[in-house]
Amino acid sequence: MKIQFKSNAFVIALSAVILGLIAGGIFMALIGSNPFEGFLYLFKGGLMNIERVGNTIATAITLMLVGLSVSFAFKTGLFNIGASGQMLVGGLCATLIAHHLFIPRPLYLIVLILAAIVGGAVWGVIPGLLKAKFNVHEVVATIMMNWIAYWSIFYFVPAFLKGPSLETESKSILFEQSLRVKWLNELFGGSEYVNLGIFVAIAAIIIIKFILDKTTLGFELKAVGANRFCAEYAGIKVNRNVIISMMIAGALAGLAGMTFYTGYSRNMQIGVMPSMGFDGIAVALLGASNPIGVFFSALFFGMLQSGKGFMNAMTDIPPEIADTIIATIIYFTATSVLFKRLWDWVAKKMSDIVAQKGGK
Amino acid sequence: MSHVIEMLNIRKEFPGIVANDDITLQVEQGEIHAILGENGAGKSTLMSILFGLYRADRGTIKVKGKEVHITNPNDANDLGIGMVHQHFKLVQNFTVTENIILGKESGFILDRRSAAKKIKTLSEQYGLNIDPNSIISDITVGMQQRVEILKMLYRDAEILIFDEPTAVLTPQEIDELMQIMRNLVKEGKSIILITHKLDEIKAVATRCTIIRRGKFIGVVDVSKTTQAEMASMMVGRQVNFKVKKRPAQPKENVLHIEHLNVLNSKKVLGIKDFSLEVRSGEIVGIAGVDGNGQTELVEAITGLRPVVSGNIHINSTDITNANIRQRNEAGLGHIPEDRQKRGLVMTFPISSNMVIKEYYRKPFSKKGLLNDELIRKHAQEICEAFDVRSGEGIDSAAGKLSGGNQQKAIVGREMMLEPNLLIAVQPTRGLDVGAIEYIHRRLVEHRDAGHAVLLVSFELDEIFNLSDRIAVMNSGQLIDIVKTTETNEEEIGLMMTGVKIREVSNEDTI
Repeated sequence: MKIQFKSNAFVIALSAVILGLIAGGIFMALIGSNPFEGFLYLFKGGLMNIERVGNTIATAITLMLVGLSVSFAFKTGLFNIGASGQMLVGGLCATLIAHHLFIPRPLYLIVLILAAIVGGAVWGVIPGLLKAKFNVHEVVATIMMNWIAYWSIFYFVPAFLKGPSLETESKSILFEQSLRVKWLNELFGGSEYVNLGIFVAIAAIIIIKFILDKTTLGFELKAVGANRFCAEYAGIKVNRNVIISMMIAGALAGLAGMTFYTGYSRNMQIGVMPSMGFDGIAVALLGASNPIGVFFSALFFGMLQSGKGFMNAMTDIPPEIADTIIATIIYFTATSVLFKRLWDWVAKKMSDIVAQKGGK
Repeated sequence: MSHVIEMLNIRKEFPGIVANDDITLQVEQGEIHAILGENGAGKSTLMSILFGLYRADRGTIKVKGKEVHITNPNDANDLGIGMVHQHFKLVQNFTVTENIILGKESGFILDRRSAAKKIKTLSEQYGLNIDPNSIISDITVGMQQRVEILKMLYRDAEILIFDEPTAVLTPQEIDELMQIMRNLVKEGKSIILITHKLDEIKAVATRCTIIRRGKFIGVVDVSKTTQAEMASMMVGRQVNFKVKKRPAQPKENVLHIEHLNVLNSKKVLGIKDFSLEVRSGEIVGIAGVDGNGQTELVEAITGLRPVVSGNIHINSTDITNANIRQRNEAGLGHIPEDRQKRGLVMTFPISSNMVIKEYYRKPFSKKGLLNDELIRKHAQEICEAFDVRSGEGIDSAAGKLSGGNQQKAIVGREMMLEPNLLIAVQPTRGLDVGAIEYIHRRLVEHRDAGHAVLLVSFELDEIFNLSDRIAVMNSGQLIDIVKTTETNEEEIGLMMTGVKIREVSNEDTI
């Protein structure tokens, strides 16, 4: 008899999550709190009732799309650090539409989505072009694009979308012009934040998975990411794929911006770089850059994000502990090679034991 | 008789494959013992077990009659086992001495002088002819290999393992290495030589252990066994060394190169005013010492390197500035020099790799959607036709295949394209005689089907065996083109050094 046990992405991700939670528990114990209580409220905060589940999902929607954006670029061997900027621009385009375009709702939603896609894609394709034409490293270029977006918003929002009371945020979008819908809010027990973005995110996950697995475009993108020299030799246009990859990644982050600024919230604040742009890197890492993996890891991070406030309210544990857990999980995911070795070693030991028993 | 190394009944299993199945190897004191086997037969696995890189599932290892457990390369070193790897492990900008004492420095202050003295003595003792103070990047590949040997000797290795040592050497360096190996044995060392080159075994080895598909086939006394006998033991059938072929019947021009100038990586002309024609139904071999412009020429034809001036035609289509896909579609096939870098996407499964040039075309895709079923069928056909062996069939990642099987997969893919012009760069590099025979036959068949073949090889045997005409290159220039039947290895060898034989003889007559 042989035990077939192979470490795969799921086992590794799960190991990282469990170890991250254990490390978080140790932190809680070190500051003199009861870790079991802490985790109880952390999970309760994310999942206690249907409303909180709705809030968890609402947080996860944006993370899913950003995670997808980072994963997609990563498949082509590119590191998209610019999801924040792409979110801002995609969100700004969507916000402009939301304030100015009053047409029948189905048509309106299509235009809204297209606007966010175009905004994000433009912000993503510029670093792609710079990389393809001038070999500018995409990490540098996307970070610069983040700050260009950040300061543009700083000027743009007070100038054109000024709110009635505060100088630092835009006026609110009308409920009917946002991604929020009554039936969805009621379905989730009155959760305010859950919105139609969930369908956008799920559709995006399905489409991206389809592109990567079933199409010639996905084949090319993956070939360029895995070995650009072989791709070049085979006649695949490497630079063209770099540009396309960054464009699609940007579009996905732009959609994330739409779900955040016209769904989760209903206005744009100035002087805030959306942190989900960076959390998306963690989502992609834990999800092993696989669209399905991204779906689940976004839900998990969404739960931690929305549960940490409740934990803070109910115990003495600061919400930063939840961020520490996230950081620790990322750390463990990044060292996934160690888990692979560990599990392979365990599997070998187990099969050795079985072999010995069988021998006797 | 005393055995320095005994590996008894070794078994090692990898997922889906038994790499070593009950293999026994006994090396006597002071002999050169060759291990002969096809690609993927399990030679490297066996040596990795001896060197402590893998652990055997079953079997015992004895060194000088004592049973030992080797768990890592340091254990092996302590037992006096040293390995000269195929790819050298040297720090390029360190001196010979620094490289040799690396990891063996004693004390806080480096005593380079006494180390250099010891290295010089060793070098003289074994006839290695190495200056301890030269920098690694300044010396030739052959000398670097000798530094690797010195490294082993400095660590008092008694048993030296050579893993395919001649793969990177020029013919002259090979002769020198053979002499060094004889010197080593004369001084009481024992050598294990892993190779699939029969003439080398014949030249230096005392005995030879033959393995086939992970199984022990036999040990032979080299002096009493012919090359053909060893080859058939290795492959399991009769092997023809010389490919049978009829005289070429060349017809119209397929590849037409005129006054080509190409820059090399150092931004100087690597190809100078180069003109060449290859016709359908013939194989033209490019002979030359490595680094004389062969790479630049191939890259210019295949579109991987821009052309400065001149032009290239395939079947009267001007492809001088065409992109790579246009060239492929014009009928270009290319077996690349570096299979790991260019030839395959290592993380992709074999099935995807087999359509990497055709995935976008019918029948493998329609309207941008891949047809997985046909892709898999196509890959299956190539793997069967070209005997590509792997643990999980066409689902194996390309990187999991042995080097020889990777090469067979690439050759299969390019052949299946039925290109009008096939450029084969070192098509049998690292392959065993069985596979070489097969690929040579396929190349000749390709010629006979009315296609043109441009062969680039650093092995003169291969050039002579296959080519109908031989073009000799030196420093980026075409020295001459001669018919294979009207020349010999010495003449080509002389031309490879840049001597224009015909001009020389003309001058003589004047």
